[in-house]
Amino acid sequence: MMRLPPGQRTRVTCTVNGQAHSGFAESRTLLSDFLRHELHLYGTHVGCEHGVCGACTVVLDGRLARSCATLAVQAEGAEITTVEGLAADEGLEPLRQAFSRHGALQCGFCTPGILASASHFLAARPDPTEAEVRDMLSGHLCRCTGYEGMVRAILEVARETTEGANQ
Amino acid sequence: MGDRADSWVGRAVPRLEDAALLTGNARFIDDLSPLPGIRHVALLRSPHPHARILGIDAEAARAMPGVVGVVTGAELREHLNPLASAVRAPMAYYPIAIDKVRYAGEPVALVAAEDRYLAEDAAEAIEVDYQPLDAVVDPLAALATEAPVLHEEAGGNLVHHRQFAYGDPEAAFAEAAEVVRLAWRYPRQSATPMETYGAIAHFEAAPERYTVWSNFQGPFILQPLMARALGIGGNQLRLIAAAHSGGSFGIKQGLYPYLVLLAAASRLLGCPLKWVEDRLEHLSASSSAADRADEIEAAFDGEGHLTGLRFDNLVNVGAYVRAPEPASVYRMHAAANGCYRVRHIAIQNRLVTTNKLPIGLNRGYGGPQFYFGLERAMDLAARRLAIDPAEIRRRNFLAADGFPYEGPAGAIYDSGDYGKGLEMLLEIADYPTLRARRDAARAEGRLFGIGLAAGVEPSGSNMAYVTLAQTPEEREKAGGRSGGVACASVAMDPSGTVTVHLDSTPAGQGHATVAAQIVADALGLRPEQIQVDTAMDTGSGAWSLASGNYSNRFAAIVVGAIAESAGRIAGKLKAVAAELLEVAADDVELAEGRARIAGVPEQGIALGRVAAATHWHPAGLPDGMAPGLYDTALLNPAVLDAPDGADRVASAVTFGFLCDLVALEVERATGRLRIERYASVHDVGRVLNPIVVEGQVRGGFAHGFGAAMFEELAYDQDGNFLSGSFADYLCPTSADLPPLEFANYETASPQNPFGSKGMGDGSSMLTPVVLANAVADALDLDEVELPLSLDRVWRLANPETDGR
Amino acid sequence: MKPAAFEYCRPDSLAEALALLSEYGDEAAVLAGGLSLGPLLNMRMARPEVVIDINRLADLARIERDGEVLRLGALVRQADVLASAECQDLVPLLVAALGHVGHYQTRDRGTLAGSAAHADPSAEVPLCLKTLAGAVELTSERQVRRVPADDFFQGTLTTARADDEMITALLWPTDRGRQGFAFEEVSERRGDFAIVAAAAWAERHDYDEGYRYGLGLGGVEEWSLVSRGGGRRAPEDLAEFADEVIAGVTEDIEPMRDQRASAAYRRHLADHLGRKVLLRALETALGEVQS
Ligand SMILES: Cc1cc2nc3c(=O)[nH]c(=O)nc-3n(C[C@@H](O)[C@H](O)[C@H](O)COP(=O)(O)OP(=O)(O)OC[C@H]3O[C@@H](n4cnc5c(N)ncnc54)[C@H](O)[C@@H]3O)c2cc1C
Ligand code: FES
Ligand code: FES
Repeated sequence: MMRLPPGQRTRVTCTVNGQAHSGFAESRTLLSDFLRHELHLYGTHVGCEHGVCGACTVVLDGRLARSCATLAVQAEGAEITTVEGLAADEGLEPLRQAFSRHGALQCGFCTPGILASASHFLAARPDPTEAEVRDMLSGHLCRCTGYEGMVRAILEVARETTEGANQ
Repeated sequence: MGDRADSWVGRAVPRLEDAALLTGNARFIDDLSPLPGIRHVALLRSPHPHARILGIDAEAARAMPGVVGVVTGAELREHLNPLASAVRAPMAYYPIAIDKVRYAGEPVALVAAEDRYLAEDAAEAIEVDYQPLDAVVDPLAALATEAPVLHEEAGGNLVHHRQFAYGDPEAAFAEAAEVVRLAWRYPRQSATPMETYGAIAHFEAAPERYTVWSNFQGPFILQPLMARALGIGGNQLRLIAAAHSGGSFGIKQGLYPYLVLLAAASRLLGCPLKWVEDRLEHLSASSSAADRADEIEAAFDGEGHLTGLRFDNLVNVGAYVRAPEPASVYRMHAAANGCYRVRHIAIQNRLVTTNKLPIGLNRGYGGPQFYFGLERAMDLAARRLAIDPAEIRRRNFLAADGFPYEGPAGAIYDSGDYGKGLEMLLEIADYPTLRARRDAARAEGRLFGIGLAAGVEPSGSNMAYVTLAQTPEEREKAGGRSGGVACASVAMDPSGTVTVHLDSTPAGQGHATVAAQIVADALGLRPEQIQVDTAMDTGSGAWSLASGNYSNRFAAIVVGAIAESAGRIAGKLKAVAAELLEVAADDVELAEGRARIAGVPEQGIALGRVAAATHWHPAGLPDGMAPGLYDTALLNPAVLDAPDGADRVASAVTFGFLCDLVALEVERATGRLRIERYASVHDVGRVLNPIVVEGQVRGGFAHGFGAAMFEELAYDQDGNFLSGSFADYLCPTSADLPPLEFANYETASPQNPFGSKGMGDGSSMLTPVVLANAVADALDLDEVELPLSLDRVWRLANPETDGR
Repeated sequence: MKPAAFEYCRPDSLAEALALLSEYGDEAAVLAGGLSLGPLLNMRMARPEVVIDINRLADLARIERDGEVLRLGALVRQADVLASAECQDLVPLLVAALGHVGHYQTRDRGTLAGSAAHADPSAEVPLCLKTLAGAVELTSERQVRRVPADDFFQGTLTTARADDEMITALLWPTDRGRQGFAFEEVSERRGDFAIVAAAAWAERHDYDEGYRYGLGLGGVEEWSLVSRGGGRRAPEDLAEFADEVIAGVTEDIEPMRDQRASAAYRRHLADHLGRKVLLRALETALGEVQS
């Protein structure tokens, strides 16, 4: 059993975006802080630390996680994907371009978490309805865009991908 | 300019900002570490809405491992002057409580430590001896004689009171065939950008100066104010705004007291300090729009012509008047006639302090509150006079051939055709069908309503409108004020590539893209070849008091400065190229990265070579020509004159127009609103980039919709704050927003070379009232307040319930 | 907004986890999905001495059928249930309710047991468990016991769990016979905790024409209000029957009031939603009897 007393630091090793990473964390260090300030992966943003806004969303061992509601030590040995990892995924280029074309981002602060959710969602549900997309996006707050561009972009990419696959 | 068929301006150029944002490469303030040795700050904040501070014991906190130091208000006071505002009531505003706290969340002590976790631990260990006092949060209650007084020196909570009359409102009301009157409460709301405040402050002793990195958004009129608070010269306070800001909507203006606090503390503690606000701090203690207890009276003749208006505005400013307040009450003042021809207007403005957080800029800035009264009154009058709500507005619109139009309170409306906008709206919303549907629904006993609203969107502020808070005599004594200066710099380096610097501190509005479009047109380049630096730095770039990101000044004013600067660079390039090509400068055109002879496109030279000549070979330049290619334009719109002796002022440069229509059904059993249709038509002048414009409209709509439906920074009667998380302060999600049918048309503004108008706030101003109008229509009611929460609407729809 | 210091423990077995719980009792907090606990830690509203991370106890992630009972281990995530055909088949009411629990993202990690342990008065999972007459399996070093949901939920954030106990599973009676079910809630926004939530099921046994039903109302008082019953013959007039049941449940209630909703609104919603879901469930299960 792993035990880490209060105030002590330990080395946390995990795979982030396909690469081995390690850094130090206390028991209480939030995964969001660890990714940003220890691993210097600043693409993950923090908007509330209440688990509500979704800005800090990453993929942790295949599941979506609010990194502000997850401890860094929980990530020991885990596989994490952040926006920087998604950026390296050529397969997501159409999604990024569609976001840009449809005005799905303005300040872009909410965007990394939304890209994490959207890519996870599209993998599980390649041909969603608009209602499903809106339901999925309801786990993220964006104060700039009114969400319309994101909905359009995700639906468009889903349609193109499924049509492509059916041909 | 900008209307050539092949111009970049006007096109849906994908935003240059996006690539960095979509790949996690954009850097925001909390991502920056500009110098070594930074310590992290946590603020201890008051749990009490109103209390005297009898003592602070920070010894235990100071002794904790990792703690660098603790600073209290009493210590900081030695090093700070109060932060001034245009309101002259005697009350001192410091960025930290000195001997009294006046709202729940007010900073009481600052702790610096190795990391934020330790700083929060230490903040918990500070013991403050409070003597709680009675609190007041309601603006009307705060006026009562027995109300607890926030600032004893001010003698009461009413800290500003002015009355204005334009035309002859007395006579207008005396002669009116119909007067409608409404009184209502407007809730306190905040635009809550997804990124909170953040700053890094660094004091250097020799030479004595402060450098502050932050996501402050201006207006930079606050820079001299901060310097004065720190007791230094302006050039000893260098403000650097991060290149990316995670939204602002005005709110990040309220960061400046914290910049002063951090700067002073950095001096006391001898190390650079970083503070990133958390969400609880943001909701409870950053800034917000004002809640108000307003009244309006509107006089009409028998045909529904609006002949007079009386506004009685009671504005809850919170615990302090923080500059640039009371601007939010004066933003709409000069345009108090809205989009209508009415000439007789009386306005009373009262500002009252209460135990809530201080107000500041917030999307729409006084607009939502203003239009709530005016547009509710228009709908109410339509009902009383049995005139269609569209028709009553049509009858009162400014005439399309009457621009520029000087409003009774001094606004100079640049251009417009309001009737055209309304007709478009009625057409895209299919108004006749909606009315038929309403009749049918009502026949079945269902609660179906249609709401309409129309308004102008003043943009590009006159920095002097806030001085309406002073009497003409006081203004006279203080010296003249006017204007709204924009700055932009364009440089072409020796390799022929271009960099642009802006003073507009964008927070997602696509300024870099639009600036690149403008410069690309001027220099014959492609937008993606232009680098636009939006990281403003008062220590190195050009800036003015008006610099910053507010009142939609970018498309109204800043674009003109960019064009002017780029135009001068183009002129110089042509002159140099003309020498090299041995033709007259007038015969040179810049296109496709080349300077070429007009009409003979194959004869030309690469811009890089022309640029190189100006940098590498100054001696070869035409006589008298300065070397290099660097230009800064400072531009002031001539229309922005000083307020006159009758309190009239041209408060803004451009006046966009918008009108909204919503049809909805109220579900009697639950109070839920089912939005059938929401349509919005805008005139933003010439559209510079449709992606940006549509994004601003949809975002403004989302803000307006949230404000109408869910949002309220709630306090209980005793002043305790109840909205400390996004689970309490409810912002709309993708599942809540109805589809928005959006259309636009253009009446070009004469105020800048592109004909564009400022835009971005409009929807946030009208959406709240249009939804209220529709609910009032559905329920056949006069009085409706916001937010239209389920419980509230259910009670309105079921008046027979006891309501408890 | 950062948590106060605590000791982090990541047991590799249930036995280790239980030993920690028995050692630290109410000074320990079990960490499952973290969607409720995480924010509470960040706000320093939860200040445990020890956090016991059970996420590596893979045995707890099982969905198992055990006779008439569906056993959902403590690490079964809300999304797992939504994606499971077996759950859809056996506990359709729960599946319908889970769509209202938070969001796509929170359901991916949030556990059902965590929701039961947290015991928010508006939460959907406790409401369904109680309406369906399910039970909570509590395990400690001392014993394993099954506490009926009726007894488990005792008030806002209060349950019958002893300090040394861990929820190891939620036990769901599987519906039999011809069944009807319905779930509805009213919340300000999609994904918010309900102002009032209503769950109902009804079933008819082919062998004897008898029927049973359950109705639960969440968010009205500190715990779910539940009525369950049945009889040998289906009622003649379902609407009238539903009215009687509702009247019985809502008699003497004292609804909560908060920033979101008044007591009167909650009372009204209890009545309105309760009738709606119960009638729908009854009609599906018993509808033919009428014709
Ligand atoms: C934005 C948002 C919206 C939400 N909306 C809803 C909603 O609409 N409805 C709703 O019901 N919930 C909602 N939730 C909460 C829900 O997502 C949580 O999943 C759930 O309440 C707790 O599950 P968890 O696995 O995350 O538990 P944790 O957060 O890990 O734990 C919650 C509590 O239970 C205890 N605990 C956990 N597991 C055990 C165990 N096996 N034995 C003993 N104690 C245990 C913990 O110590 C803690 O006290 C929402 C959360 C968020 C962030
Ligand atoms: S920062 Fe994690 S959900 Fe908001
Ligand atoms: S783009 Fe700014 S918050 Fe979403």
